[in-house]
Amino acid sequence: MNQKIPIEMIVNGNTIQAEIEPRRHLVDFLREDLGLKGPHLGCEQGACGACTVRVDGQIVRGCLYLAVQANGKVVDTVEGLTAQGVLTALQNAFLRRNAMQCGFCSSGMLLSAAELIEQRPEATREQVREWISGNYCRCTGYHSIVDAIMNVLEAQREQTE
Amino acid sequence: MKAAAFDYIKAQSVPEVLALMSKHGDDARLIAGGQTLLATLNMRLSEPQLLIDITQLAELNGIELSGEHLWIGALVTHTEIENSPLIQKYAPILGAAAPHIAHRAIRNLGTWGGSLVYGDPAAEWPACSLAVNATMVLRGLQGERRVLAADFFVDLYTTALAPDEILMGTEIPLANTKQVFSFQELARRHGDYAIAGLAAVAQKTGQTLTACNFAFFSIATTPVLAKKAQAIVNGQILSTELIAAGVAMARSEIETMDDITNSAAAKTHLVGVLLERALKTMLAE
Repeated sequence: MNQKIPIEMIVNGNTIQAEIEPRRHLVDFLREDLGLKGPHLGCEQGACGACTVRVDGQIVRGCLYLAVQANGKVVDTVEGLTAQGVLTALQNAFLRRNAMQCGFCSSGMLLSAAELIEQRPEATREQVREWISGNYCRCTGYHSIVDAIMNVLEAQREQTE
Repeated sequence: MKAAAFDYIKAQSVPEVLALMSKHGDDARLIAGGQTLLATLNMRLSEPQLLIDITQLAELNGIELSGEHLWIGALVTHTEIENSPLIQKYAPILGAAAPHIAHRAIRNLGTWGGSLVYGDPAAEWPACSLAVNATMVLRGLQGERRVLAADFFVDLYTTALAPDEILMGTEIPLANTKQVFSFQELARRHGDYAIAGLAAVAQKTGQTLTACNFAFFSIATTPVLAKKAQAIVNGQILSTELIAAGVAMARSEIETMDDITNSAAAKTHLVGVLLERALKTMLAE
């Protein structure tokens, strides 16, 4: 069972080739093999959301997804998405609303929030809370995070009016 | 923690999967969404020698109209169900239940079939499949067979699926314009496991319900239909007295089990609370 499997994927726009053990989950591959420290490893059992990354445009738990499953897919982490519109707006709003203290949850929180803003542009405060219920923050009490996400949603709605 | 080492094969066809399962038996596990499996592997609650990835199998995919049924392939994700116009039209209770399943990142990967064959008594899909009279389509080396949801959930994490079979998908009778439903779930926080839940579906004419299915979950070792309460409500005008009689019967007929935090007595109480809410919701529709 020391099988190593060749994989190829696009990570943050770059084609990556590697040979990995099947048991390596995606976050370990990103952090340890590629040196991308944006996605964090918290509970390693799918509860905390700190490891959230995007695979083929959808957020997933990086600890509940094997790196070999990402073979042939497009993976994006907070590092790669920062330069783009929604995430930049969110990061600015997080700064403005002081929506972080230790920052451990921030990368996962940002990616979850970005998918919400793209898929549920009409979301209410209640729906924002539901959506980010899969991302734990042990510092802020969530209020400032919800404020920040609402700011971006409201700005986006004003623009489209 | 990290998973123990295992081998990995991405299967290209159903016959290949069945052959691999027959060769490796208990040492092999199928992986689709992996949202339960990978957590158990990381915690080393399970140490299979081989993972067979079935996500490439097109036959197990898709939500489609086929004759008198709605086909939901085993690999369809919770998010796909949440977003599907066909589900909204022909099995709307599934659309209402989907947002209760865990969180978006998990719904993006977790599958309909995975949830059904895992048979977690706290899960939404087994109860919903009972409520909509789903038929499970199972395939093994001997061929294909069909099992009604009512016969599928045998015991705690135990279904009628044989060790050498896979679930291809399910057939669901199409909802008609008389169908009403109510999905009720109590949880401490959104996305947590349910303390108690109810998937209720019926046909409504005036103020009368027929063909009632009240499928409770997270109250016993399997999802449970409140058959005697259904019989009380069926075909009668849904008065306050009838609702009370149905609620009392559901509480007395279902043998609830406690979990880590909630007593069986609390669950019995909640069975009635949820049924009352569901009946009033369906009456108001």
